[in-house]
Amino acid sequence: MSKEKKPHSISRRKFLKNFGSGVVGTTVAIHSLQKIPHAQETLESAPHTDRSPLTITVNGKNITTLVEPQTSLVDFLRDQLKLTGTKIVCNHGECGSCTVLLDGEAVYACHMLALDAANKSVVTIEGLLEAEELHPVQKAFLEHDGYQCGFCTPGQIMAAHAILLQNPKPTREEIISGMSGNLCRCAAYPKIIESVVAAAEK
Amino acid sequence: MASRKIIKSKHFFEEDFQETLGEVSTDSYPNWPLNEKLTYVGKALPRIDGYDKVSGTAKYAFDIYLPHLVHAKTLRCPLPHARIKKLDVSKALQLKGVYDIISHQNTPQIQWYYVSLLFDPHLRYEGDEVACVVAETEALAQEACKIIEVEYEELPFVIDPKEAMNSDAPKLYEEGNIVRGRPSEYSRGDVEQGFKVADFVIEDEFKTQVEVHNPTEPHCSVVNWDGDKLTVWDTTQAIFRVRESVAEALGIPESHVRVIKQYMGGGFGSKLEAGKYTIMAALLSQRIGRPVRIAMDRREMNLAVGNRPDSVQQLKVGFKKDGTLTAMTHYSYGSAGAYPAGAACSWPLKQIYQCPNISTTDYSVYINAGRGRPFRAPGHVQGCFALESILDDAAEKLNMDPLDFRLKNYAELDQVDNIPYTSKLLKEAYIKGSEAFQWKKKWKKAGSDLGPKKRGVGLASQIWWGGGGPPAYVTLKLNSDGSVQIIAGTQDIGGGTYTFVAQVAAEVLEIPMTKINVLLGDTAICPYGPSSGGSLTAPSISPAVRDAAEQMKSKLIAASAAILGIPENQVEYKQGISSDRKNQDNKLDIPEILDKMDEKILIVSGAREANKEGYTINSFGVQFAEVEVDTLTGKVKVLKIVAAHDIGRVLNRKLLENQFHGGIIQGLSFALTEERIIDRNTGKVLTTNMHDYKIPTTMDTPDIDIVIVSEGDALISNTGVKGIGEPAMIPTAGAIANAVHNALGVRIKSLPITPDKILSALYG
Repeated sequence: MSKEKKPHSISRRKFLKNFGSGVVGTTVAIHSLQKIPHAQETLESAPHTDRSPLTITVNGKNITTLVEPQTSLVDFLRDQLKLTGTKIVCNHGECGSCTVLLDGEAVYACHMLALDAANKSVVTIEGLLEAEELHPVQKAFLEHDGYQCGFCTPGQIMAAHAILLQNPKPTREEIISGMSGNLCRCAAYPKIIESVVAAAEK
Repeated sequence: MASRKIIKSKHFFEEDFQETLGEVSTDSYPNWPLNEKLTYVGKALPRIDGYDKVSGTAKYAFDIYLPHLVHAKTLRCPLPHARIKKLDVSKALQLKGVYDIISHQNTPQIQWYYVSLLFDPHLRYEGDEVACVVAETEALAQEACKIIEVEYEELPFVIDPKEAMNSDAPKLYEEGNIVRGRPSEYSRGDVEQGFKVADFVIEDEFKTQVEVHNPTEPHCSVVNWDGDKLTVWDTTQAIFRVRESVAEALGIPESHVRVIKQYMGGGFGSKLEAGKYTIMAALLSQRIGRPVRIAMDRREMNLAVGNRPDSVQQLKVGFKKDGTLTAMTHYSYGSAGAYPAGAACSWPLKQIYQCPNISTTDYSVYINAGRGRPFRAPGHVQGCFALESILDDAAEKLNMDPLDFRLKNYAELDQVDNIPYTSKLLKEAYIKGSEAFQWKKKWKKAGSDLGPKKRGVGLASQIWWGGGGPPAYVTLKLNSDGSVQIIAGTQDIGGGTYTFVAQVAAEVLEIPMTKINVLLGDTAICPYGPSSGGSLTAPSISPAVRDAAEQMKSKLIAASAAILGIPENQVEYKQGISSDRKNQDNKLDIPEILDKMDEKILIVSGAREANKEGYTINSFGVQFAEVEVDTLTGKVKVLKIVAAHDIGRVLNRKLLENQFHGGIIQGLSFALTEERIIDRNTGKVLTTNMHDYKIPTTMDTPDIDIVIVSEGDALISNTGVKGIGEPAMIPTAGAIANAVHNALGVRIKSLPITPDKILSALYG
């Protein structure tokens, strides 16, 4: 690294000078000023305007809306419907964190287009609740500590729910293999397995 | 009550000792009895934040959506080593919905990693930050990144630390590729003499791979300016560190930066510092006047936010015929990556076994790859594998049971500082753990099992710091209805801080857990609490909680005495009720006390007490592993792990088990599957997703038994707790490697122990 490029901390004074004003936060570079949309404009001038109509049922509610055709189901759920319980971890169908039910079967919501879920029924982690009351599978995870940081938990619970919908009395081995598509980096696996076993016994 | 003093305090944090001045509580409280006599502490209670996690309502930084939110994405260097010759963002800026792009061309020179800049035109690894785009959507920002025109001057690169140490290797820095220009060194006794008096001397080389944290929640921030005040929702293990870095980088007062982290999706050490991404988002947000969200994708997570450095370790061990160690030396080098980081791994060898003559040399080396960061017991996981492997070979040379070999070299004192431990129950762990595992029955001569599937057993010991220390504070508020709020500036990173904080307060105040709420992770509201690393959250913060709760109890007793018109020592406080010992009908509950005092909220502040001088605090443990190795396929299946540890008092049995499971399973995949692989020809990382980078699943989960041999350690603190996050992982890989050796009679000296290594060791 040459001498004149030697890194140095900047002082507050210099920082403000660089940005031209003491009222930081209101200072804006000229080229971007022209581009900043007003709040009202945002939706109308949003980049991809070729939107397709989508009719879908999410957590029991019928929704008719427009989506950009390339939108994945998980982005639709999170960005458009603000159902942030469903997580994105790998975004490549490798980890199961975005698992939701599609017509009663577990799917990776990062791995399909929202348009492919048209006229189908999606249930997310939020949809398992009855008002503020937890679903029995959710209760089992809570009682048996089937998580640590909790980020993969919605996906784990939806996968467990799907297993039990298909097979209400799975063996321990069936549970272990059924849950193997859902990665947990905290590796809370023993208690995840215990939670699903307990949920199956309910 | 509530007496304080300022003291100097030293404790180990991730990779080094830290000396701080801290205000500590000088109040001392009677030792708690054994857990079985306590009501809340130690019990297997469910988490108080469990509802949020299972319902999907827990808000992670990743889930913060604000009105008018826009999204940022980073353009990263595609080459392992390059310099930016030309950068043209004009086309990208023309995309409709792209609002701004920052790079070295239009931002102040903000120092980063001590030796570089936020945007440094000298790019030192595949993934280094070139520019950052903000746009209406994340997808659009990503598209804009693709059409930014960059002309790179390709520079020669080096990705192997051994090559990087050569004088003719491509240099990342003018000063050379060795971090700080020299190794870390340590010695005691007379090593030469120690080897001279040995009956046997053995030497070997062991290697460990680069491991990537890959927490589920990607590194991400959402930032919002209100005039000159900045709010940052960050996924972090260290809110106050992030606040400090953000304020310094942007040149604004810390009082104007609020960092919030309510929930965080895993960190394992990778989230102990502020990321460049947070500063980039703050700069962009300031320039365009809208809140900005920046979240990494999995590829970025595998390139740019830290890893456990690899290691090449050369060990030499001298020992007598009876097994007594006479001398050990350890020489290692490992990859820091492209910016300063520590790769040393000799600590376990210095400390864990009795040995008078030791010398160690650890080199951390710059290479053209992502920078290392602390990763769950930095250095110890690597060091333990090598040390425990060679000690097993030593025992085998003597036809000695490996457990007896370790007992023979048991260290009573801390040999580095030559002072006693507050407690060391490793011997008890050896005894109880080996019984639970049936070690004496299962251990047999290495390679003696008949195939084709061979079983083997192995063990490895663990040492770690994790005693915590000051400064650590909590605020406790008692409401007029008798409910309690506890506010602490530490983080719950999945270990269960919310829950055990409530348990400690419930124990002292004798009120139900349902009346307690805990608020963590907000620099604007919370008193200072420690970063969540080094296994020191619980040992640092739980005594501060007890201090606060005890003060509140004293306050209630004093007030009750005044109200009842009796001396304080005549007041009996039980189950949240104060009564007159001489007339049990004369009593007050908490709401009545506050009502009579005409107070709506009582507030106290608790502090961690000082660590006792003249003692070292360490946790200890041993893990036993049983494996089955298929000699036809080379596949290793771990059947059973018994973990026996001395970790002071257990705060919550359920949380403890869970954290041990996690550490052990991470140790298992470190031993068998995880590895960052870089293509030697191109310098590019090949393992950038969760398919190629192999973390374990439910199918890999062995049967795990956890045996805790300790109770509260009164010499540490008023709760007697040692941390458990890191101890859980340290010995697992060593135990598994030894079990594989015991099964096959052949030693695999490099991790991960993959089928190809086993097959070539057997038949190659």
